[in-house]
Amino acid sequence: MLLTISTEHRPATDLGFLLHKHPDRFQSFDLAFGRAHVFYSEANEGRCSACLLLDIDPVGLVRGKQRRQDEVLGRYVNDRPYVASSFMSVALARVYRSAMAGHCKDREALADTPIPLRVKIDVLPVRGGGGFLLSLFEPLGYRVEAERQPLDEQFPAWGDSPYYSVTLHVTRRLSEVLSHLYVLIPVFDNLKHYYVGEDELEKLLEKGAGWLADHPQKAIITRRYLKSRSSLLRQALARLVQDEGLDEGEEPVAAAEEREAQLEKPLSLDQQRRGAVMAALRGRGARHVLDLGCGEGRLLKELLDDARFERVVGMDVSIRALEIAEKRLKLDRLPPKKAERLQLWHGSLIYRDSRLQGFDAAAVVEVIEHLEASRLSALERVLFEFARPRSVVLTTPNREYNQLWASLPAGRLRHQDHRFEWTRAEFRDWAEGVAERFGYRVGFLSVGPEHETLGSPTQMGLFELPEGG
Amino acid sequence: MEIRIPELSLVVLIGASGCGKSTFARAHFAPTEVLSSDVCRGLVSDDENDQQATGDAFDLLHYIAAKRLARGRLTLVDATNVQSEARKPLVKLAREYHCLPVAIVLNMPESLCQERNRERPDRNFGPHVVRQQRAQLGRSIKALKREGFRHIHVLRRPEDVDAVKVIREPLWNDKREERGPFDMIGDVHGCGDELEALLAELGYRRGCCEADPLWGDLAYVHPEGRKAVFLGDLADRGPRILDSLKIARNMVQQGSALCVPGNHEIKLMRKLKGKNVRLNHGLAESIAEIEALPEGMREPFVRELTDFIESRVSHYVLDKGRLVVAHAGMKASMQGRGSGRVREFALYGETTGEIDEFGLPVRYDWAAEYRGQATVVYGHTPVPQAEWLNRTINIDTGCVFGGKLSALRYPENELVSVDALKVYCEPVKPFLEESALPERSVQHEQDDILDADDVLGKRIVSTRLRPNITIREENAAAALEVMSRYAVDPKWLIYLPPTMSPSETSQREGWLEHPAEAFDYYRNQGVPSVVCQEKHMGSRTVVVICRDEEAASRRFGAPDGSAGSVYTRTGRPFFSDPEMQRGVLARLRDALTRVGFWGRFDTDWACFDCELMPWSAKARELLRTQYAAVGAAGKAALPESVAALKQALERIGDAAAPEMAATLADYQARQERVGRFTEAYRRYCWEVEGLGDLKLAPFHLMATEKRVHIDQTHLWHMRILAEICGQDPDLLLATRYRVIELLDPESRQQGARWWESLTEQGGEGMVIKPLDWIQRGKRGLIQPALKCRGREYLRIIYGPDYTDGPHLARLRSRGLGRKRSLASREFALGIEALERFVRKEPLRRIHECVFGVLAMESEPVDPRL
Repeated sequence: MLLTISTEHRPATDLGFLLHKHPDRFQSFDLAFGRAHVFYSEANEGRCSACLLLDIDPVGLVRGKQRRQDEVLGRYVNDRPYVASSFMSVALARVYRSAMAGHCKDREALADTPIPLRVKIDVLPVRGGGGFLLSLFEPLGYRVEAERQPLDEQFPAWGDSPYYSVTLHVTRRLSEVLSHLYVLIPVFDNLKHYYVGEDELEKLLEKGAGWLADHPQKAIITRRYLKSRSSLLRQALARLVQDEGLDEGEEPVAAAEEREAQLEKPLSLDQQRRGAVMAALRGRGARHVLDLGCGEGRLLKELLDDARFERVVGMDVSIRALEIAEKRLKLDRLPPKKAERLQLWHGSLIYRDSRLQGFDAAAVVEVIEHLEASRLSALERVLFEFARPRSVVLTTPNREYNQLWASLPAGRLRHQDHRFEWTRAEFRDWAEGVAERFGYRVGFLSVGPEHETLGSPTQMGLFELPEGG
Repeated sequence: MEIRIPELSLVVLIGASGCGKSTFARAHFAPTEVLSSDVCRGLVSDDENDQQATGDAFDLLHYIAAKRLARGRLTLVDATNVQSEARKPLVKLAREYHCLPVAIVLNMPESLCQERNRERPDRNFGPHVVRQQRAQLGRSIKALKREGFRHIHVLRRPEDVDAVKVIREPLWNDKREERGPFDMIGDVHGCGDELEALLAELGYRRGCCEADPLWGDLAYVHPEGRKAVFLGDLADRGPRILDSLKIARNMVQQGSALCVPGNHEIKLMRKLKGKNVRLNHGLAESIAEIEALPEGMREPFVRELTDFIESRVSHYVLDKGRLVVAHAGMKASMQGRGSGRVREFALYGETTGEIDEFGLPVRYDWAAEYRGQATVVYGHTPVPQAEWLNRTINIDTGCVFGGKLSALRYPENELVSVDALKVYCEPVKPFLEESALPERSVQHEQDDILDADDVLGKRIVSTRLRPNITIREENAAAALEVMSRYAVDPKWLIYLPPTMSPSETSQREGWLEHPAEAFDYYRNQGVPSVVCQEKHMGSRTVVVICRDEEAASRRFGAPDGSAGSVYTRTGRPFFSDPEMQRGVLARLRDALTRVGFWGRFDTDWACFDCELMPWSAKARELLRTQYAAVGAAGKAALPESVAALKQALERIGDAAAPEMAATLADYQARQERVGRFTEAYRRYCWEVEGLGDLKLAPFHLMATEKRVHIDQTHLWHMRILAEICGQDPDLLLATRYRVIELLDPESRQQGARWWESLTEQGGEGMVIKPLDWIQRGKRGLIQPALKCRGREYLRIIYGPDYTDGPHLARLRSRGLGRKRSLASREFALGIEALERFVRKEPLRRIHECVFGVLAMESEPVDPRL
């Protein structure tokens, strides 16, 4: 990976003083993850280009001391040796440390002077596209030339790659440019090769001094730089903008969730849905309730906050989701009397599970659409025949409503894991069939703003066993 | 003095402190059989005499006793047990586990007890304690029988204790030593003609019974020594009730049959004993036949008949515990046990306490929940068709109601029936109506729902190829998620393929894998020849295919109406478009039909292990986000780096910067290698617009109706599959292969050359297998297959630059042990799943194995191996 910094400020060879690297030498530096070389492809009065060539050991990423456990970075087939990433930031800070700090004994005045600079990043991975690229650099006064690389010219159907060849033009002090690069490069692909700890916040504030606070994208820069560590993020934003009082929520775990949440956000549909489910459960006088497919535990929290629910069980098939739920609910810090009302179970709704018997009510909120339609019959029996709670509160998206969301392409489902989304008639057919087969009564409710002809975004079925059923 | 106790019993020692209970227990019982209250007190409190710990100690003692009894182990309780309250929970425990409580009372003289206690420094309680205990004991002895003890032995003198011999007796129902073969015969109900016809059909011949004045000489015997097993209800309703009873009695007498009682015999017996029994449900016909007996014969016959019925044992455990027979069935927790409730169950089954619309008791469906190891054969409730459910089968096919009389041949598990000659009796509840015949079998209905208890938690699966395979709890949890969210209907998941290990790392300069190591592995395991198969680079695919929808529904109980399934190695549907799956299956089905497959294998389904190409059909996302991305990044980055280095080098000069020259050379090499990397993955990619762009390469014919074909060599598989592929070469790709003789250097070289030519042309490599599927080496099952991948292909695995010297040196050290162990366990599980399916076991038994394979796949093993 090559990063080239050029200037046409005369004499251009002064760049060598600013960078503390002699233009006629080839210098190498050992780094934890490989080596960095500095050399000058051109060095004359009119033009000087300093090349930082970063040599990442791909086998070392998997096997060496710097071994990574995570899936993306810890593999041999890895783009890291070719792209500008957090590795490059570390190399910049190491190899150009004095320049980044703005020190230059021999050319002190030049270091304090804005000079015309050109930065060429051969391959920059950008999650978020060209617009995002511009939105980070342009507010800082850069003119950006960017060319997107094809993924594989033999397979045009695979689309473009996330890689851009980027050239930046600016007239600024070299130390500023290096600081910008240091902070922004890892922000583009949102990956860091090292553990983001508390000191990362200090680094960000130091390198961001004087420009980050005014950057219109400061929130996303900070969030990505700190790898979504929410506590750090809140501290950082508070210290950056001391009086603006930003309310930046936690980033949802999966991008897909984010998209669904984005669509539904103006309605705060999630909240409305939970409100409706809570009302339904309270209305039925349920005391022992199941939240089947509890996910990260948003509904569980509300159930737990209402002492009328004496026993609350959240079940999910995803262990990861349960771990997050456990953290979110802060189970270890709740008063024991409250904590003992709640249990989290790992389980599946398509396997009969004797633990599910004997509950007053079950909430099945936005769950069935994550199952293959062919496996629904198993869920029906597990829930309505074997678990057989007195009431079941079940919600699922109303497909008809999707067309009201401009950002959702026609025919697409709201979430990439949705296996189906039903119209109101389809849901009604299914629910009535289930009620009939298993001896329940069923009623329907709309959740969210109701459109004249398309209904509401979420549809709810309320199933109840008749007395003595 | 002999003390006889049932082999499975709860023995309660009763006696004052110091009477010698522990010594007695040690003398006659194994240490693990003895549960001592003193020891339990010590376990919970570190002090065997801490009376405050008594409550906890007995909780522990009862807990262990319950576990032992549930597992069918004789258990002795060594405690004073002189109070009725102490004995009560023990009697209750024995009842709960259907075993007999036995009391052995050591009523020793007080002086002896006191003296012994004095000798023991830890027993520093006063003499009043023993006195009090003996008083309680005295009162107890009379109460024991009332409390429910069936065997009571009282020893009063130390000499008696010394002379005791404890003899353990098997229960009446324990006939494990009888290995059969057997022919179980369902409810006869006086259908003597049909019974004789059925016995003839089964190969029994009239004869060899000494004529008895009361019972005559009506009897049958099988020339090969098979034994008939009458499942009860020979009496009532039909036209030849006494003949039926006589056949059964005479055959039992001469040792050619066993007979368990039915509820109708019991009722008849009660009537004959003068009990007030209503003459309904066909009892009148039995009584009429008895009354028609000549005067003078009637009374002795009735006496012997009641004796015969009374002496029948309610159920039998046969063939080393593998077979259980009873009239109305027998649940696992009661098998081989003796209690009133066991007998009740054997005769009447379990009812829910409700009465149905026909006035008959609603039966509790114990078979639906049966999880036992033993096959249970029973009758009692007439059904139109004998059907297997969870290893149980009801063979009462309602002969007397105009159905048929059925027998089950064991161990063949074949049903043999003769049709009723007429309707002798109208059933209260119609059972032969067409509408009552289910479209799908009871087992399929039952299998619609699997139970979380059958897959979750730590599990040990026993397979034929490897006795015990442990599935760890966290792996099972991971598999549950994959199975629930992504897998096809479990009914199609009869097999998942195992992972495959590469050959040992090659020591040749510049190579990571080479066939020589695989050849060495097999030769060292004593395998003389191997088959090398071209390794296709696509996605591993399992194809389950049925002749038609009807066969799919009948054999797989598939509810989705499809006639097969195509899924990945993790059980996911291969195609997101059902039309595509239908198309592939249709083409394969045609090819199978044309080649005469169905008739040749006498099957209407088959399971194939295949590779489906192109790779990009299934792995497109992976290709886009990882492989193509890395290629694109490399291609964008490296030329720029090379150009910059060149430019600088020209400016400074080679001599001034030798290190830069070396770096340039290195980057030029990298640029070339990233090009090769892109070439490597591109070979396995092409756009799929329709069926015509797919290639399916089957390399194992795993199973058909009657067998799992692992008893055939891989050459057989290659030949059969080549024939099938020949029928539709546009879609089906026959796998190229070579046989290599490992002891012949020339042959080995040919093998290596073939591999080189395959991989030079862009092939992934080859798979090396012993000719026989199952090979055992010095340390058990050897690897069923090893893969050996080509040099270029491995760039996709280890990165573009892996061939670079320093990289390769580090990559060489890779441990294969874990991978191989996993491969072998997954192989055993996959084969077990198929074998269970072929044996028509319940789905949960098959699912357990494929679930196990999936769980194993979540083990952290280097994914590049």
